[in-house]
Amino acid sequence: MAYNLVVLVKQVPDTKRITGEAMRDDGTVNRSALSAIFNPEDLHALELALELRERYGGRVTVITMGPPQACEVLRQSLERGADDVALLTDRRAAASDTLATSYILACAVRKVAAEAPVDMVLCGRQAIDGDTAQVPPQTAEKLGWPQITYVDAVEEVSGRRIRAHRNTGSGWERVEAAMPCLLTVTDQGPAPRPASARRLMAVKKARCRAELQAEVNAVMPDATPEARTAEVEKRAAALAAKGLLVKQWTLDDVGADLAWCGRDGSPTKVKRIQSVVLKGSGFKKVEPTPEGVAGMVHELIEDHTIG
Amino acid sequence: MIEPNRQGDVWVVAEQNDGDLHDVGLELLSKGRQLADRLGVRLTAVLLGAQVEENARRLIQHGADRVIAGEHALLGHYQTNPYAKVIAGLVQEHRPQVVIFGATPLGRDLAPRVASTVRAGLTADCTDLDIGEHVEPHTNTRYENLLYQIRPAFGGNIIATIVNPERWPQMATVREGVMRMPDAAPNRRGEIVRLTPHLKPDDLALKILEHRRTARKVNLKAARVIVAGGAGVGGKENFRLVWDLANALGAAVGASRAAVDNGWIDKDHQVGQTGTTVRPALYVAVGISGAVQHRAGMSEARKIVAINADPHAPIFGVAHYGVVGDLNRVLPMMIEAIKKRA
Repeated sequence: MAYNLVVLVKQVPDTKRITGEAMRDDGTVNRSALSAIFNPEDLHALELALELRERYGGRVTVITMGPPQACEVLRQSLERGADDVALLTDRRAAASDTLATSYILACAVRKVAAEAPVDMVLCGRQAIDGDTAQVPPQTAEKLGWPQITYVDAVEEVSGRRIRAHRNTGSGWERVEAAMPCLLTVTDQGPAPRPASARRLMAVKKARCRAELQAEVNAVMPDATPEARTAEVEKRAAALAAKGLLVKQWTLDDVGADLAWCGRDGSPTKVKRIQSVVLKGSGFKKVEPTPEGVAGMVHELIEDHTIG
Repeated sequence: MIEPNRQGDVWVVAEQNDGDLHDVGLELLSKGRQLADRLGVRLTAVLLGAQVEENARRLIQHGADRVIAGEHALLGHYQTNPYAKVIAGLVQEHRPQVVIFGATPLGRDLAPRVASTVRAGLTADCTDLDIGEHVEPHTNTRYENLLYQIRPAFGGNIIATIVNPERWPQMATVREGVMRMPDAAPNRRGEIVRLTPHLKPDDLALKILEHRRTARKVNLKAARVIVAGGAGVGGKENFRLVWDLANALGAAVGASRAAVDNGWIDKDHQVGQTGTTVRPALYVAVGISGAVQHRAGMSEARKIVAINADPHAPIFGVAHYGVVGDLNRVLPMMIEAIKKRA
């Protein structure tokens, strides 16, 4: 039995690798200077989906929501073997919190399901920019599907049922659920395969329309909007003929009600952002000598820090 | 959508599994108590389980005015759907103004499902909560007594304050270990509201085939003193020195992510954003540079001693005592000094 699998992925700033260039003089991080990467746990979700397809047959569709440059993670998904990819990009989705984001993603899953029923949605456990882990359970709730969070292995899929092994933080569980269902996958899930060199060459020219528009704007700065649009259409048609035009969806395309999207659809508002300052001062300098260290230990005993 | 109810209680969802009450629920009662007192409303704990009487009493002793205790055989072992269904139903019925959950794996599985069901906002992994006013910049509307949900984001490089002005309840998950556990007051009185939720086997979306609890080898949260090693320790053999200092101090051994990733020590020992958050009386950071992710998990320690060869290591920014030097020399000196005082 073949399964129709959807993987939800995110392009994120590489918050784990803060290099010198990304640091401002005042000790705060310049977020825009961080490189954009495929969210690490989403790669494990993609790998699990690809392995399930290899074991049982079926189809893997990867969807991401983000600005046009997020198309990069879709190309990387194609390089690894995804059958189809789609970019959901819409300015009206900006400032969506997790509730609004999950609503939009559930709409996107329903769009895929309108073609052929979706059996399973796979997501990384959480994204490294927000670390909330909220979007997948909220997406499952909106679809009305069961969720299996923190999956590190799928034991088997049989008929309409899936058996998975999940890490509960204080131990583990083996659980069985009926499909359709949503899984979140941890970094203990199957190790992501490298991109295939053959596929890499085949898909490196894949683009979405918004990327084509940006490329055309760059090479035809003096052309009229009509001429540019014509050029975009020409390039899109050429890519589509080779199967390399990445689907690009707006909120309208996925049938989203705008009242539930973006700022209006988000109950939570950011009141304040404070940069964490990595510089500080005001510690007592202790000489690395027996006397210096003994003095410190003495003070810690005196003030009952150690007894 | 639920309209704001300014008379609504502050709720703490107490975590239990197979009858064991998780510490985080008790920790949240201390913060919940402050919030409820500021707002002049009751502090209610919500507890589900197969048998709830004893845990309900503990929640009262730790500061709850009232416990809503849902008892059902199907609620003994935690799973998402029945828990979310019962709690979302209670939220819709009682309209609390604030609902907080522990940001444990269980709480992070449950809370978003509940929030989505009632179409409320939810802020993950808060490290602090407060009450204050807010002016929404787009509408210039002023809101009094909102819940400030304070959390690190962007890998700990920023601290964000989040509010939910209009769509309530105001919901958040709060990290374990960041709130102090209140002392139990055995004579404290409160109301226990028992109820039997309507659940049928169909409400269990998952079949739990097998489950195991694996005991944590180290209890960093309970440790009064922690000696932690990082990349600067240099290797597994050298980590012996960290253990030796910990033994001399009667301390637990912690580690940075780098030390864990290098395989020098088990992940149970990891302190920081992806590990355990600790607030010991003394934290000795050995060869730890002090990335924000690590500091997010230990900067609340009452005293911090940093030992590092690099005088510019960010760990010194949060330290009370800083020793710039070779840990291979400094640690034996420290062990010697501790042994001498006895």
